[in-house]
Amino acid sequence: MTRRTQSPGLALITAIVAIFMLTPMVLSTTAALVNNYSQGLASGLTLRWLEQVISVYGQTVVWSIAIAVACVIGNILIGVPAAYALARNPSRWAKTFEEILTLPVAVPGLATGLALILAYGTLRDFRQSYSFILVGHMIFTLPFLVRTVTAAFQRPDLVAMDEAAKTLGANFRQRFLGILVPAVLPAIAAGSLMVFTLSIGEFNLTWMLHTPLTRTLPVGLADSYASMRLEVGSAYTLVFFIVVLPMLWLLQWCTHLLEKKYAN
Amino acid sequence: MKSSHRLLLLPVAIFFMAFWLLPVSRLLILPAEQDWRLYFVFLTEARYAWSLINTLGLSIGVTLVTLVLGAAVGLYLGRQPFPGRQLLLSILTLPLSFPGVIIGFFMILLAGRQGLVTDITQALGLGRFSFAYGLAGLFLAYLYFSLPRAIAAYAAAAQSMDKSVEEAARSLGARRWHIIRDVWMVQLESTTSACAAIVFATAMGAFGTAFTLSSQFEVLPITIYSEFTNFANFTLAASLSITLGLFTWFALFLTRRKETVAGVASQ
Repeated sequence: MTRRTQSPGLALITAIVAIFMLTPMVLSTTAALVNNYSQGLASGLTLRWLEQVISVYGQTVVWSIAIAVACVIGNILIGVPAAYALARNPSRWAKTFEEILTLPVAVPGLATGLALILAYGTLRDFRQSYSFILVGHMIFTLPFLVRTVTAAFQRPDLVAMDEAAKTLGANFRQRFLGILVPAVLPAIAAGSLMVFTLSIGEFNLTWMLHTPLTRTLPVGLADSYASMRLEVGSAYTLVFFIVVLPMLWLLQWCTHLLEKKYAN
Repeated sequence: MKSSHRLLLLPVAIFFMAFWLLPVSRLLILPAEQDWRLYFVFLTEARYAWSLINTLGLSIGVTLVTLVLGAAVGLYLGRQPFPGRQLLLSILTLPLSFPGVIIGFFMILLAGRQGLVTDITQALGLGRFSFAYGLAGLFLAYLYFSLPRAIAAYAAAAQSMDKSVEEAARSLGARRWHIIRDVWMVQLESTTSACAAIVFATAMGAFGTAFTLSSQFEVLPITIYSEFTNFANFTLAASLSITLGLFTWFALFLTRRKETVAGVASQ
């Protein structure tokens, strides 16, 4: 295809949008590494803002990753069996069940947060622990995993394999763990990636659920933006990029690898 | 449904019941326990009505601009091969994983009191012009987190577009605008409606961005939050959350139904 596309208008819009999207990322990264933001690079480079962030907010990074991992594991444990049941029952009832599970995504996180506080705010030990945030994240991310895995379980070849194993006398447990789950592993990986990404960046819900002693990375970010100088806020943002983005790329790469391996 | 299947659904059902259905049901009936008229506070009190109108106006505006710009960029990146295209596409969709607070902060760096635009306008002798904390800043910030969604969706859709229709139209002498209207927009219709619903619903419920900017332009999520924290008015916060939730749910519900109808029609 050597046909030239005559779209200088689209090229111009793309260039403007790219500049609009990229400038803040560059500004924020620069601000994190210079001594003084308003003087720019002339004030010299430094790592002291990053050091300050790690000493003040280091814990939030660790907790955010821990919550995201727990969220993935928890949702796999309860979500994968449910996805199988939903895939094998194409009834109206199952469809409604799936729809209801998706509601927390359709409703703003703020509302879910308020509801959880209303119902469980008085249980002090629960309210003040990280499991309160974890529960909120699981509710919010569950539909993404369930939907992806349900779709995978519905593949006709899988249904046939399941039937074949059943006639050969395999019990449900053997079929489920030996055949079905390995066959939908790419879908579980893709769903988990989504769950992980959503959990680690979640703010709307988490801000309602957090306490001064239970803070995640985005909660810490909001705190630093409100109370610290621009350089510290930028350094913290850079920490988010450095920690989260490579993890996401790694997970994406693993998911991709699994999909390729299972494609043939 | 077989009983073994019911057993498999049980953990999710219990978890969901305990941590969403029950809490949300309590939230739903909370205003009624005091006075059922509280459900309509978004109509009866000017402050809340304005907050809702602000949010709706902002979200609709952001959605429209996002669709136009997102379609332009997505179509360009999806159809025009050039070196570094994939890289540019992945950079432009990167903000999908940023929390809203980061995007609010980005706007402060861009146009806040010490922002880049502010410095530029001063250097040009126009005075220190900072628009981050008003409607313009909020609008651009919302655009920032909406665009990646639209760009990703349109780029994917553009790659699967049927080029022959466009070629045919062109060889028949169709003008550029006619191709856009009768070929592109028709082929991209389902992408557009799905994208519009998601962008609108996200903009309506966005909290982190407006929170970071502590904007002078008040949107509903901020109103809800300040009723809850500053005035400890749980009932009012609940009522306004219900209003907001109904709007976002309905927007998503509308397009899902349309999609199923379109899906059925095409079968």
